[in-house]
Amino acid sequence: MIPLPAGVPAGVVVADALNADVACFPSRAAYRDVVAAFRNDGFELCADLCAVDYFTHPGRTLPDGVTAERFEIVVNLLSMSKRQRVRIRVQVPEHDCTIDSLFSLYPGTEALEREAFDLFGVVFLDHPDLTRILMPEEWEGHPLRKDYGIGRVPVQFKEAPGPR
Amino acid sequence: MTDSKVSVRSVDRDELLVAETSEGAQELTYRRDTGAQQLGREVGAVLRLDGRQLDPSQFDVESRDDELMIINMGPSHPSTHGVLRLMLELDGETVLRCKPVIGYLHTGMEKQGEELSYVQGGTNVTRMDYLSPINNELSYSMAVEKLLGIEVPERAVWIRMLMSELNRVSSHLVWMATNGMDLGSTSMMIYGLRERELILAFFEKTAGLRLNLNYVRPGGVAADLPDGWEDDVLVICDTIEARTYEYDTLLTGQPIFRQRMEGVAPITAEEALALGVTGPLLRSTGVPWDLRREMPYLAYDQVEFDVIVGTYGDNFDRYAIRLNEIRESLKIVRQCLDMMPRGDYRTQDPKVTPPPRARIDESMEALIHHFKLFTEGFHVPEGEVYSAIESPRGELGCYIVSDGGPKPYRIHVRAPSFVNVQAIPLLMRGGLVSDTITVISTVDPVMGEVDR
Repeated sequence: MIPLPAGVPAGVVVADALNADVACFPSRAAYRDVVAAFRNDGFELCADLCAVDYFTHPGRTLPDGVTAERFEIVVNLLSMSKRQRVRIRVQVPEHDCTIDSLFSLYPGTEALEREAFDLFGVVFLDHPDLTRILMPEEWEGHPLRKDYGIGRVPVQFKEAPGPR
Repeated sequence: MTDSKVSVRSVDRDELLVAETSEGAQELTYRRDTGAQQLGREVGAVLRLDGRQLDPSQFDVESRDDELMIINMGPSHPSTHGVLRLMLELDGETVLRCKPVIGYLHTGMEKQGEELSYVQGGTNVTRMDYLSPINNELSYSMAVEKLLGIEVPERAVWIRMLMSELNRVSSHLVWMATNGMDLGSTSMMIYGLRERELILAFFEKTAGLRLNLNYVRPGGVAADLPDGWEDDVLVICDTIEARTYEYDTLLTGQPIFRQRMEGVAPITAEEALALGVTGPLLRSTGVPWDLRREMPYLAYDQVEFDVIVGTYGDNFDRYAIRLNEIRESLKIVRQCLDMMPRGDYRTQDPKVTPPPRARIDESMEALIHHFKLFTEGFHVPEGEVYSAIESPRGELGCYIVSDGGPKPYRIHVRAPSFVNVQAIPLLMRGGLVSDTITVISTVDPVMGEVDR
C-alpha cells in the first residue's frame, strides 16, 4: 500500500485491490481534492474513467466507512514516474446523480465523462460540453443502466417516419 | 423509456437540464453564435491548462466572420478510416476549429458483454479494435485471469506474446498502407496489405480465422501452434523485415512524403499527457512510455527490444515510430522463436478449460464439465479488476466488475483510440485542409474501438 500524498483530506478510505493496485474511496465532496492531490504527487495520466451501475449487484465488498450507493465512478490514475496505478472509486447516489468534473485537472477526461453521462446519466458538474457522445442526440434513457432493458425500446431512427 | 424516477430529469436543478442532450448539440455553430468559452473548448481543451489560456482569435486575425466556412467531413469519407465525422471551420485553406463527432459505429458492445458469459466474452471484445484482435482478447483474458487468480502455463504466455507481436506488425502494416494511400502513394497501399497477408495466413493456420480470432482465451490460448510454425514465422520475419527497408526507399527518403509529414501537426509531451494520449502518439513527443517495458506483463521482461521515441511530436515522428516498431516487434518474434518453452498451451484447471474431446466419450465428469462450461460458463469470484496492455494504438485497458456469477457484471474497455481522438482538434488547429487527412491517419483511430 502506498502512502497517501499530501493534501488528501482526512477520512479517505484506502484499500488494497487486486493486481497490486490501490483503491481509494473518497466521498463525493472530497473527490476532486483527492484526485488533485494525486495529480500533484506525480500521477501524470488519467488512464481511464468509467461508471458502474450496482443496481442489481447482490452485494459488493467495500471497506468499512464507505456507504454503498447505486452508481460508482471509477477513475484509474497512472503515475509514470512511480510505475504505480491507483483506482479512485466514488459512490454516487441515485437521487442526486451528480459529481464534479475532472476536466480542469485532466482535460483528457472530457470524452470519458461524456461517455459516462451518455450511457449512465451521471451528470458531471462544470463539464464544458455534457452532451451525448455515442448515442444519437435525441435518444431517451441511458443504455448501460441496469434497469434499461435490452430489446425493450424500439429502435429509434433519426427523422424516420412513424410506424405504419 | 426509462423510469422517470431514475432519470436525470428528476434532478431538481434547471442548469443541469440545460446540459442535457438536445437536438444538434454536437454541431459546430457559426462564430457569431459561439461564446468565447465554447470557442476555447472547441479548439482544444488542452490549451486551457494552467498558465496557457487560449486566445481564440489567434488564427483568425485577418478574417471576417462571413468569410469563414463550416464544412462537414465524413462520416463516410474514404480517408477517415471508418465513420469518423469532423466538423471543420475553415478560413480559406486554414482549419481554425475542428470538432470530431463519433458514435456512428456504436453497437453497445459493453452492454452486450454483460449478457455474454466469460467463455463467450472473447468473441465480443475481439471485434472492438478489429485491426489488433489478439490484443483485445489478451487484455480481456488477463483481467479475467486476475479475478480467477489462475496462472497461465509458460508456453501459453509465450504463444500469446508471439501472436500479440505478429498482430502489432500486421496492425502497423495496415497503418503504413492506409497512410501511404492518404498521401497519394497507392503502391504503399498494395505493399502494406500484401505483407499483412502473410501474417493473416499464419493466423488462419493457427486459429482457424483471419480477423476476429478469439484465439486468446481466459486460461490460455485456443489451440497449440501448428506443426512447422517455426518455418512459417521465420519466413514472415525475414520477408517483412527485408520489405521494411524497401518502404524506406519508397517513403522515408521521398522528398514529397517528407514535406507532407515533417513539422506537420506537432504535439508536445505536456499536451499529450494532459489529454491522456498514449501509444505512438505519446512516444512521438519523446516520452519513452511503453507498458511492455515500464510495467511488463506476459514475459516482456525476458526479451530484448527497444522502445522507439520521437523528438518533435510531428507526423513524421509518428510514421518513423510505427515503421521501427515493426522491426522491434519482429525482433521479439524471433526471440519467441528461440525461447518458446514446451508444455501446455492452456491451464489444466477443469473449471476453466474444457476437457479434450476424447475424454468426453469415456468420462462422465469430463462430460459434465464440458456441458457446464458451454451452457452456464464458469463462475468468477466477486471483485473488480483493471488490466492494461500496450496495444498498437496505446494503453488498452479492460475493467471488469464481477458479481460472482458466470457473466461479467460490468465490462468496460479503455480504448486507446477513443482517448486519442481528443487530440485531433489540437493537432489540426491552424493546419491546412490537406493535412487533416494526414492528421487523422497518424492518430490512427480504429472506429470500431472508438465507438464500441
